[in-house]
Amino acid sequence: MKGSFLMAGFFASGCFLGWQLDQWKIGVLGDVAPYVLYILMFQVGVSIGSDKKTRAVLAGIRPKLLLVPLATIAGTLSFSALAGLVVTKWRIVDCLAIGSGFGYYSLSSILIAELREASYGTEAATELGAIALMANMMREMMALFGAPVFVKYFGRLAPVCAGGATTMDVTLGVITRYSGKDMAFVAIFHGMLVDMSVPFLASFFCSL
Amino acid sequence: MFIVIGIMFGGIAAGYALRKAAFIQKTGNCISYTILALLFLLGLSAGGNRALIHNLPALGGQALLIAFAGTLGSVLAAWAVYHCFFKKKKP
Repeated sequence: MKGSFLMAGFFASGCFLGWQLDQWKIGVLGDVAPYVLYILMFQVGVSIGSDKKTRAVLAGIRPKLLLVPLATIAGTLSFSALAGLVVTKWRIVDCLAIGSGFGYYSLSSILIAELREASYGTEAATELGAIALMANMMREMMALFGAPVFVKYFGRLAPVCAGGATTMDVTLGVITRYSGKDMAFVAIFHGMLVDMSVPFLASFFCSL
Repeated sequence: MFIVIGIMFGGIAAGYALRKAAFIQKTGNCISYTILALLFLLGLSAGGNRALIHNLPALGGQALLIAFAGTLGSVLAAWAVYHCFFKKKKP
């Protein structure tokens, strides 16, 4: 939770500074964001490759467990496509790219803003990145605060699927609290897989 | 797209090769700093974007709709998978 506030704070102060610079008609110097993104992707890779738990989690896979991340991905994407029919300003693939952030707002918003820049131009790509940031932050909030309701109406797996890519860290607490301790392993496994799917799916939908 | 994923796989290989080194376990902290830097940069370009600032309420509404749709879709899929494959049958 502290992390979320910190990230929101950095984003907000960036917004404020950008707005101020614009008021004073000072252009922002050269674009370093893509290179910082490359550094981030490398670091994400290093953390997956060096994690001692990765092997244990991969070894503990039972085929049935794969259904949980698949349900998350299929459910999210199909309903994001439906939302894309309502949000006529953007193409359906853009809504799919936003949906495939699965709550991983930092990475998905940056990826979408960068990858769409070439095809949509800076302005529209930044707008799309901002929507991705807000939508995925809201999803994390819904997963955190909605967990008790989801368990009641949709069963014990629902908080896991709602949590998307955040179920191995941010939402793990509420999942174990409301779905039960035996769901913790499912949540970690699910979070890792969905987390890894974000760069693939987001960049795939941005390439369409 | 392939550059981004290629770099990530390069990172996975490097992380696996160096997994015994102590400093490599601190990558998590570095990731947090990089994310903060990137969010700041994203904020910078969002704040300097007049069209975006003027459209903020509309963009927030679209974001809410997409977030709600994604969450609803995933809990419905969770319900289906839970009832078909995970729920213990009553004796």
